[in-house]
Amino acid sequence: MLGGIALTLFCLWFSQNNHLLPVPASANAGAIDSLFNAMLTIALGLFVLVQGVLIYAGIRFRKRPGDETDGPPIRGNIPLEILWTSIPAVLVLGIALYSFEIYSEMGGLDPMASGGTMVAHNHGSHGGMAIAATMGEDSAADALMDLDSKGKALAYGVGAGRDEAASADLDVDVMGLQYAWIFTYPDTGIVSGELHVPVDKAVQLNIKAQDVLHAFWIPQFRLKQDAIPGQQTSLRFKPTVTGRYPIVCAELCGAYHGAMRAEVVVDSPEDYDTWQASMVAAVDPANKVTLAAATEDFQALNPKTMSDRDFLEPYGSEMGVTSQSFQGLPHHHLH
Amino acid sequence: MAQLQVRPLAEENFPEKTGGNWKKYFTFNTDHKVIGIQYLVTSFIFFLIGGALATGVRIELATPDVDFVSRELYNQLFTIHATVMIFLWIVPAGTGAFGNYLLPLLLGCNDMAFPRLNAIAFWMIPPGGLLLMGSFFINEGAAASGWTSYPPLSLVNGKSGEFIWILSILVLGTSSILGAINFLTTIIKMRTPGMKFNNMPLFCWAMFAASILILVSTPVLAGALILLSFDLLAGTSFFNPSGGGDPVVYQHMFWFYSHPAVYIMILPVFGTISEILPVHARKPIFGYLAIAYSSLAISFLGLIVWAHHMFTSGTPAWLRMFFMIATMVIAVPTGIKVFSWLATLWGGKLRLNSAMLFAMGFISMFVIGGLSGVMVASVPFDIHVHDTYFVVAHLHYVLFGGSVFGLYASIYHWFPKMTGRMINETWGRIHFVLTLVGFNLCFLPMHYLGLMGMPRRVAEYDPQFATINTICSIGSYILAVSTIPFVINAVVCWRSGEKAPANPWNGLTLEWTLSSPPPEHNFPTPPVLKTGPYDYGTLDKRGSKKRPISQLRASDILSN
Repeated sequence: MLGGIALTLFCLWFSQNNHLLPVPASANAGAIDSLFNAMLTIALGLFVLVQGVLIYAGIRFRKRPGDETDGPPIRGNIPLEILWTSIPAVLVLGIALYSFEIYSEMGGLDPMASGGTMVAHNHGSHGGMAIAATMGEDSAADALMDLDSKGKALAYGVGAGRDEAASADLDVDVMGLQYAWIFTYPDTGIVSGELHVPVDKAVQLNIKAQDVLHAFWIPQFRLKQDAIPGQQTSLRFKPTVTGRYPIVCAELCGAYHGAMRAEVVVDSPEDYDTWQASMVAAVDPANKVTLAAATEDFQALNPKTMSDRDFLEPYGSEMGVTSQSFQGLPHHHLH
Repeated sequence: MAQLQVRPLAEENFPEKTGGNWKKYFTFNTDHKVIGIQYLVTSFIFFLIGGALATGVRIELATPDVDFVSRELYNQLFTIHATVMIFLWIVPAGTGAFGNYLLPLLLGCNDMAFPRLNAIAFWMIPPGGLLLMGSFFINEGAAASGWTSYPPLSLVNGKSGEFIWILSILVLGTSSILGAINFLTTIIKMRTPGMKFNNMPLFCWAMFAASILILVSTPVLAGALILLSFDLLAGTSFFNPSGGGDPVVYQHMFWFYSHPAVYIMILPVFGTISEILPVHARKPIFGYLAIAYSSLAISFLGLIVWAHHMFTSGTPAWLRMFFMIATMVIAVPTGIKVFSWLATLWGGKLRLNSAMLFAMGFISMFVIGGLSGVMVASVPFDIHVHDTYFVVAHLHYVLFGGSVFGLYASIYHWFPKMTGRMINETWGRIHFVLTLVGFNLCFLPMHYLGLMGMPRRVAEYDPQFATINTICSIGSYILAVSTIPFVINAVVCWRSGEKAPANPWNGLTLEWTLSSPPPEHNFPTPPVLKTGPYDYGTLDKRGSKKRPISQLRASDILSN
């Protein structure tokens, strides 16, 4: 009994004080961490129980030299078996309900509610979809348009949270391609290789893929969603801590998959305005950079034959990104 | 042990023949015992090859930069590593080797239901495996899109390597289906008179459940791969989005097989563990019916959880919830098995030999994989850890800590029966310690890597993960070295080990009533059971001395 209490306390203490996850930097990250901690508590308890029985049995019940007799012929114990069937059943039911609750809270249950309206919104006001249309022969984009025109906005992913407005404060179109992420801001026309978002604002990402599957993952936001050619997916989050965090491609996408990384910069409102102004100023209206152009330029470059600098610089200046922007990037990428 | 009474024929056949009889292992032999050993040795060789590929992967990952192999070759290494370990090692070793070797012996029949089909199924393995290995030597190299081979990536990487991969899986999958037909028929039709479903050994239940899974799910994989090959070679667009296809449909079809495949790989091992524990704990298995039926429950549930591999893919929210709950429910029948095994050990007289150590190691390691399995089933958490090293750690705790530890336990347990020789226990224990240490050093830290943000299938990674990756690599080197004492021990003891008696462990299942190794057609007449398979500790009421049943002679167990 005493041991049980001590074990429970130990599991609780360890699980609440683990440093196994990166800093939580979005509004929902805390809830997911609590879920992880709860599951870790239960898992740790069961782990210690099973290993304890194994080790205790290995020492206490090992065959003594010269003892050739058998153990007691115990074939079962119905109450005990009911107990160890029902306890795990109750535990997983609890975890399932808790997961359901958190998933609903973070907006996972109805991504279409926000994703769908956002697609329509893009169509209407700023021609965000016109960018996709400039991709011309790209049938993946065409397929996407079809889906939209039939009103079947198939947005998979995580949408607006339960207590959030359906439309986000900021929409960003995300295009994954071998081996980069390109971010287009439909409201301002900014095209960037780095995702800038203002702190404490709801951000909606509409994710597409150009060529193969990719997965958009920001570990500090605890969010991940595949980018699927021909289908739109979405992610919705509210960043809460300013800073730079990695954007990682989590779905195998080719030889340079490990090098397909970008950064999300969570800016203070002032910094975000400064960044936005500088980006808008850099866009020459006569030669406006579109996603299609940026994609084409990217594909004209063969990352295998170029150094980091050669590879990134023309691409960056095209988008109005200066060389300073790249200084924060880790150097082992894209050798 | 004087058990000559039931086996005079075998004892005189055996000693002369083993020396000159090795050639039969290279022929189209229909004896299920020969086929079982053919499966075991062939798949073990592929285990060593797959392990070498894994060591290549870990050498590359010892440092954050790409400095050992090219990125292209790296992707081939982990793709073929996974393919070999699944299709050429665990599946053929679990079902093919132990299924074939043990089922007729445990059921008390002379051979499998379809002996020639059985030999055909085995002889599809070497060409399938050689085909796969050969793809390393073609110009474009082997398949490099992961063992999942998701389109569109699998359609744009090297076509020849990808096609050879598809062909090889089709051959190996067909072999697996043929085997499953054989297992099911044998279990249903060939049990010795008096052996009911509810008193057949638990390995037979496990094989029954696994065979159903193979039959239901493998054809779906074959269908998916044939469609994929059309997309690849004929330019169709089943899965190719540039022609209007849907890559997510492939993922559904692929996982409809490949999640049950996990149970195809673990159920036979659950079965052998349920055989090994009672023998070496000297106690009846605890909760026979619960263990038997939980295999069926796992088999059924295993068919309706596949989309939990797709929580971050194109999976609608309601499906994510359904597959989350279905997946978590599997923890219940699995928990029943684990607790029943622990209760079997409790109060027994444990013989801590190599077989028992690996069996207990199996429970210990598999539980870790099971617990992390419930975690990754939770959608909100899986959205963070999907496709990360957390999943790599989880799957290796299930498939290495589970299946491979269980297979080692089975090899040590039945080595005397298969070869007629005892295996050296000291080297077995050294092998166990090396494997346990190397395995945990390699895979335990990977949980942390995944949680902190390291994705899987990368040749290069953020330098902040360098130290832990180096530790993992050192673990993998220990794991690689751990196979050396085992291979030497097995080969030396097979050739010149101490002669094994018919029943070295005092086991009560039927294979121990036969000589070691058993004669060609097993039982001269169908054996009639006098005891159940797990009647350890019960007293023989007939004899005047009231000895435990397990200490009776074979003639007391069999009444013919």
